[in-house]
Amino acid sequence: MSTSDNKITIGVLAVQGAFIEHEHMLQSLGVDCIEIRKPEQLDQIDGIVLPGGESTVQGQLLRKLHMLSPLRKMIQNGLPVLATCAGLILLSEEIDNGEPAHLATLPVTVKRNAYGRQLGSFCTTSDLPQISGFPMVFIRAPYIASTQESVKVLGTVDGHVIAVQYKHQIGLSFHPELTDDTRIHQYFVEMVRGTAKSNIA
Amino acid sequence: MIFTHNMIPAAANTGTGKDYIMKQTQYELNKGLAQMLKGGVIMDVTTPEQAKIAEAAGACAVMALERIPADIRAAGGVSRMSDPKMIKGIQEAVSIPVMAKCRIGHFVEAQILQAIEIDYIDESEVLSPADDVYHIDKTEFKVPFVCGARDLGEALRRINEGAAMIRTKGEPGTGDVVQAVRHMRKMNSQIRKIVSMQKDELFEEAKQLQVPYELVLYVHENGKLPVVNFAAGGVATPADAALMMQLGAEGVFVGSGIFKSGDPAKRASAIVQAVTNYTDATLIAELSEDLGEAMVGINPNEIKIIMEERGQ
Repeated sequence: MSTSDNKITIGVLAVQGAFIEHEHMLQSLGVDCIEIRKPEQLDQIDGIVLPGGESTVQGQLLRKLHMLSPLRKMIQNGLPVLATCAGLILLSEEIDNGEPAHLATLPVTVKRNAYGRQLGSFCTTSDLPQISGFPMVFIRAPYIASTQESVKVLGTVDGHVIAVQYKHQIGLSFHPELTDDTRIHQYFVEMVRGTAKSNIA
Repeated sequence: MIFTHNMIPAAANTGTGKDYIMKQTQYELNKGLAQMLKGGVIMDVTTPEQAKIAEAAGACAVMALERIPADIRAAGGVSRMSDPKMIKGIQEAVSIPVMAKCRIGHFVEAQILQAIEIDYIDESEVLSPADDVYHIDKTEFKVPFVCGARDLGEALRRINEGAAMIRTKGEPGTGDVVQAVRHMRKMNSQIRKIVSMQKDELFEEAKQLQVPYELVLYVHENGKLPVVNFAAGGVATPADAALMMQLGAEGVFVGSGIFKSGDPAKRASAIVQAVTNYTDATLIAELSEDLGEAMVGINPNEIKIIMEERGQ
């Protein structure tokens, strides 16, 4: 954990997928990042990004590399998380096709490959609270089929929930890291700074 | 337009207005899918059962084909796109992306693969080429393409034709990694050379490589290809996979190496973990233990058909 309240380190889960894109975005905001591939690396972070990729692969690697339960515990204890696409699937309490859940800290049910195969991938622009006109890239994306009451819905596209927040966990169906728009990452960084501060206090 | 970074004037550079934007957006989505596959292993499978083994072992995608390259090589003759029914069976068996191969230049095989909603088409030298001059105009397709390349010129020519992902050609079906290493090293050394050039030297370099100036300029400014670059051809062990990653591959295709080995599930899982932790020699040592028989492999000097020379 950081020792001063404005110097934070954000981990980016780097077992598989588009993690470098998140690092570039966070670095452009002046934040230090480390790639997370081993449990001991988790000790150094104030927040974590779960990137896009294949959730089946990432879920298995979290288990095989002995990171699933330590990371789950850290999130339950307040570690801020930004999860995109496959990351959202890792975070969800339930996967609608009955697959076993992974971190299962976000009380939602997620539908995998909800828009079909690659031909169903698309881009659109939609609003989030205080962030208007955010460019959204959906690639073989999931959406959130249902949420528990305590979960705040941040955005919908075509009637489906595609962005939620539950306490310090943000789950997105789309890929802000594939665009030039840093507003969501900025929001997350501020959230991590807030938590880091309160941890010290 | 949503994707503002990384825009390159390759692919879909024809047409105007709405059509242009739609094509460009589709191309960016297709490059994006390749970005999601990074750090992963794409495995050749010939049956739904193998596809399930591959998915359970951690494959980030599977390549559906009737015969793996080692068997194509052994059988000889003309090798074509797989039976769509067989590919559909694999699509139904797994939740990860499914790729399939068409012959170089065979745009109707590609149309068929698009019609069955394949996630990625590999315009592949492993199959017999259908056209000895032209590759497919991949800008005319919505479905993304991956193409093989032995050097930077080939890679950029394929990208200019609309490929959204590149892989080294290697020499498929041999279990010998030497060609993939050669191709990856060559591509990276050519990239380093372009990065260090003066801007006014890029015009001549574009001429030498037989590619558009804009693509050479992209490489000069970014020090990488404008699309994801995987290693393919001859990867048979966790060490081979980690070697390719340390040489700069962004992920790995494993063809014959898995299902031609003694314990496919164990080997597949070991290769997946080696790709994630490709610099951790202690872990790779553990992963390399007791994997059973590796594919026997054949030395490229002993073979008659050199697939890497197909399609330049």
